[in-house]
Amino acid sequence: MSAEGLERAARVVLPAAIAVVALTAWDLVVRLNQIPPYILPGPMLVAETFWSDWGTLWPAWVVTLRFTLMALAVAVIGGVGLALLFAQSKWIEFSFFPYAVILQVTPLIAIAPLILIYVENTHVALLICAWIVAFFPILSNTTLGLNSADHNLVNLFQLYGASRWQVLRYLRIPSAMPYFLGGLRIAGGLSLIGSVVAEFVAGTAGEGSGLAYRILEAGYRLKVPRLFAALAMISATGILIFISFSALSHLVLRRWHESAVKREN
Amino acid sequence: MVRLRGVAKRFGNGVLALQGLDLDIAEHEFLSLLGPSGCGKSTALRLVAGLGGISGGTIEWGAAHGARDIGFVFQEPTLMPWATVFDNVYLPLRLQGIGRRDAAGDVAATLAMVGLGGFEKAFPRELSGGMKMRVSIARALVTKPRLLLMDEPFAALDEITRIKLNNDLLELWRKQSWTVVFVTHSVYESAYLSSRIVVMAPRPGRVVAEHHVDVPYPRDEEYRTSTVYNEQCRVVSRSLAVAMQEQPA
Repeated sequence: MSAEGLERAARVVLPAAIAVVALTAWDLVVRLNQIPPYILPGPMLVAETFWSDWGTLWPAWVVTLRFTLMALAVAVIGGVGLALLFAQSKWIEFSFFPYAVILQVTPLIAIAPLILIYVENTHVALLICAWIVAFFPILSNTTLGLNSADHNLVNLFQLYGASRWQVLRYLRIPSAMPYFLGGLRIAGGLSLIGSVVAEFVAGTAGEGSGLAYRILEAGYRLKVPRLFAALAMISATGILIFISFSALSHLVLRRWHESAVKREN
Repeated sequence: MVRLRGVAKRFGNGVLALQGLDLDIAEHEFLSLLGPSGCGKSTALRLVAGLGGISGGTIEWGAAHGARDIGFVFQEPTLMPWATVFDNVYLPLRLQGIGRRDAAGDVAATLAMVGLGGFEKAFPRELSGGMKMRVSIARALVTKPRLLLMDEPFAALDEITRIKLNNDLLELWRKQSWTVVFVTHSVYESAYLSSRIVVMAPRPGRVVAEHHVDVPYPRDEEYRTSTVYNEQCRVVSRSLAVAMQEQPA
């Protein structure tokens, strides 16, 4: 096997081996100490819970995923929109950027109760919460990217009498692409966290409840295996989002950007 | 073609880059601006291109000119890494509102002219340093400018590539009817290429000497090894040395 092939295999085999070891250890600890499932269920029981509680978990997952994606979409629109606005004038950026920072550094969990008081519709309130967490990396990265266009290229555009719109479209936006995609990868994970945290605070019950509520509920009822199952699903969703955006980033940048280009030394 | 009189440039940080700069650019000449770093030769070139305002003096243009009449080549290739060679060269035409299909002929012809026919679909990172510079030159030439401004375009290239590009540039200049202003810190390069060399001194930047290189074109490797060329280099070197001495310690 070539060195490269070996490395690629190791990337899969090594983490998988760690997983097997950890799961086996977990299983043994539970079995040998005879820990009851309402304290710590074994991995087999958690796996079984996926099957038995699928009817509850699946709709909750769909709700959480929908919230996450909606929050992310709003974050992208808001973040990119604001960044484009900032790029138009330094004065606009100077005026508003500090407030974006304030919004970012204030813990969501502290603002969420207020939002829930003032916004009647719980779904809208949840969306706002998730948006607050997710939009900042997109805004800050895209702003940085739009301002990072090669200075000589800016001069060149100026030399040919390019309009503001042409500079934006042919120079600033392509320059900002790698930065935006980096922000998107972070925002994807944050919008999941945002929607889970918001749901914890809001505690919506019944039909439209997501995985966060299922976790709370399972905790109250000491259905710890279900709690673990829901937790695993949230993690898996986060990983899925990360992988999707990494793939998207690679696809968009693979022809030209250093981050995506394979180099042989 | 262009006449600079008493041009001064003071940057925002207070540095006086140029003062009392008098310079005439004549039609069809190959003019080199030669000087040590910091003498304001690049600044002068940028002012002629209309990049940045002057702090004093005048820049007058002889004939009607527009953005279309200037091509600019930077020290770095300054290509858009996300765009193909075709799109990079197409850029000036695109900015003028010319459609892709209408521009395709001109872009292809210009690429062929600089020896890059068939590289339309390549991305800049796939090219060598010399090829990137050729793309940059093609981009400057695609609008068929009357004045080509070059800011130390070959300074970052290896000697073999530089000599090749020197020859190709001369060849193009002789065939086309443009005027070239070439900024360089290399005595040898300026003596090889130019019909006229203007030597500049630093702090503040100004013209201190001028040399006409009365050697007929075409110039080739034979000229590069001739005693005439050596003599030119010696004369120019001497006035560059004088220019350096004027530099306050």
